[in-house]
Amino acid sequence: MINNTKKIKNQLAKRYAKEKRFKVYGLSAIAVSIAFLLSLLINISTTGFPAFQQTYINIEVDIDSKLLNLNDKYSEKALFRANYRKVINQSLKTLFPGVKGRKQKKALRQLVSKGARYQLRDFVMNNPSVIGTKQSLWFLARDDVDVFMKGGIDRSLPESDRRLKNFQLAWIDQLLAENSLEKRFNVNFFTQGDSREPEQAGIKGAMIGSLLTMLVTMLLSFPIGVSAAIYLEEFAPKNNRWVDIIEININNLAAVPSIVFGLLGLAVFIGFFGVPRSIPLIGGLVLTLMTLPTIIISSRAALKAVPPSIREAALGLGASRVQTTFHHVVPAAMPGILTGTIIGMAQALGETAPLLMIGMVAFIADVPQGVTDPSTVLPVQIYLWSDSPERAFTERTSAAIMVLLGFLTVMNLLAVIMRRKFEKKR
Amino acid sequence: MINIKKREELDIKIDKTVGKPFINDAKFSTRNVDVFYGEKQAIFDANIDIGKNQIIAMIGPSGCGKSTFLRCLNRMNDTIQDCHISGDIKLDDEDIYQRQQDPVLLRARVGMVFQKPNPFPKSIYDNVAYGAKLHGLAGSKIELDELVEKSLTRAGLFKEVKDSLHKPGTGLSGGQQQRLCIARTIAIDPEVILMDEPTSALDPIATAVIEELMISLSKKYTIAIVTHSMQQAARVSQRTAYFHLGYLVEVNDTNTVFTNPEHQLTENYITGRFG
Repeated sequence: MINNTKKIKNQLAKRYAKEKRFKVYGLSAIAVSIAFLLSLLINISTTGFPAFQQTYINIEVDIDSKLLNLNDKYSEKALFRANYRKVINQSLKTLFPGVKGRKQKKALRQLVSKGARYQLRDFVMNNPSVIGTKQSLWFLARDDVDVFMKGGIDRSLPESDRRLKNFQLAWIDQLLAENSLEKRFNVNFFTQGDSREPEQAGIKGAMIGSLLTMLVTMLLSFPIGVSAAIYLEEFAPKNNRWVDIIEININNLAAVPSIVFGLLGLAVFIGFFGVPRSIPLIGGLVLTLMTLPTIIISSRAALKAVPPSIREAALGLGASRVQTTFHHVVPAAMPGILTGTIIGMAQALGETAPLLMIGMVAFIADVPQGVTDPSTVLPVQIYLWSDSPERAFTERTSAAIMVLLGFLTVMNLLAVIMRRKFEKKR
Repeated sequence: MINIKKREELDIKIDKTVGKPFINDAKFSTRNVDVFYGEKQAIFDANIDIGKNQIIAMIGPSGCGKSTFLRCLNRMNDTIQDCHISGDIKLDDEDIYQRQQDPVLLRARVGMVFQKPNPFPKSIYDNVAYGAKLHGLAGSKIELDELVEKSLTRAGLFKEVKDSLHKPGTGLSGGQQQRLCIARTIAIDPEVILMDEPTSALDPIATAVIEELMISLSKKYTIAIVTHSMQQAARVSQRTAYFHLGYLVEVNDTNTVFTNPEHQLTENYITGRFG
């Protein structure tokens, strides 16, 4: 006995050291991942935050009916078609009278966004009484001006290396001195669809597109996936060759690269069934194919984890198999099923590759109104913007990533809340 | 030591069930029942009658097939994939394995209490009310309330839980949980109650409560109990069946089995020579 105690004692220090070492490994692994995550988040938010502000220019516009080319017709159609561009250009000319040469005149016109004319049009159409008066209005500044205001253009660089030439900087200085240049909250970013002009580009189209696509995916993959899992786990004959084949195939499908699902969707849904491309419906269908294996596998695992004693208790009371499954087994497995579903949905939300195959990568400026309107989704929007040459898109790319991460956080939070709710019920 | 003993035991022949396996006024009667799990035979030619409003105890060493036999009586073995049963099992002269027999109806007539207390993860009330709701036994909420109270009272649990009827049944102690399971079973008023080692997970005090409960229930119900405790069998049962390696060795009045066993194997077991 004493011998044994000695032997054990001698080894104790070694055993504790092993435990400590393991703790250190684990902690350092967590520390490294947190460091990576933090650097990612900091990087994205520092690049992305400026996108939530946008530079506006105050211009006094002379809303003259002659300049508007209205010919004294004030019908809605005429107002819609009037020449607002000319009004704005004229106002800019009055603001900077000394501008000469084609190049400088062009540069002057490009101080304000191309969207300014639509801004003016909406203003005039809402208040037709302003025609013939002078109004001081805030217009969207061009992306170059915006980038300069946010410190993206270095004044000390030689003129030839700058996007803004010396004379343009002089205009900006003048506007700044007159308090006519201001950074405001970028409402457009959340209320507009995509645009070729960075200052007009917004994320609403992609957000709604993502929501609609997720809706279709959820409505299809949850019932199909969960019922497939319930059948396979509770009702299918065990040790049956067909069931085995189905199981192997589901496991294989979970590992198939997502772009293959895009090709499948292209061939089957678009090619064979003639579903239009680029719409949330087809996106949802393809993402359903992609998420089904995840949902089925995790739901089956959750069902398998339900203790058999609950099944026996229900069967012993005279419940049928269906009643046993739906009264007791499925509710008990629900937290696990929901977790699997949310993981699948989060995966689908962040997926780009399969959507490229079915035309959801197209440039679409309109915000989709339903599942059959052409649209794009958040990750594809990020991909499109990151690919654009304009400097101002860089910050918008990061801002869009922030929105996507926000969506993911909300979804995961929802999953946690729902889990809690179901677990409390038990 | 044990191995040598076992070998000796195996040499003792089991031809036919000795004692008095058959009685008049049987609730259950089984003839030539063989049970297989795949290739392996678990029960060999079991012939026994189970008397009405009696408690019959089934004893025997682990793996002797007594639980398997019990689970044949309400067709719980149907849920096991490769379990085959041959022979006749009759409940009130009706073959329970015939084609027309609905296992759902059978299990409403033959209730079961399991080894490990297994209340549903629901409230105490819902646990008891579940079977009645399932079979549509209570017409109104008031009737259901009455039924739940009656069942809990008969299971000797009502006084303890009357203020916490809507708390989860899984929050009770082990003995209370088992009584809840019994209340749940008697709520649908079965004719027979099968109990598969109902007290093996409980302490002696909870066991005593459940044994008393069994005796009082036997006035109304036929009870078949599988147990590892010979004292329990002696305390509660009128008849005792001894199983050995899948064979039904001896069936007789409990007194006779424990005082004057006919078969050598039974004697070896009850005198504690093995098991």
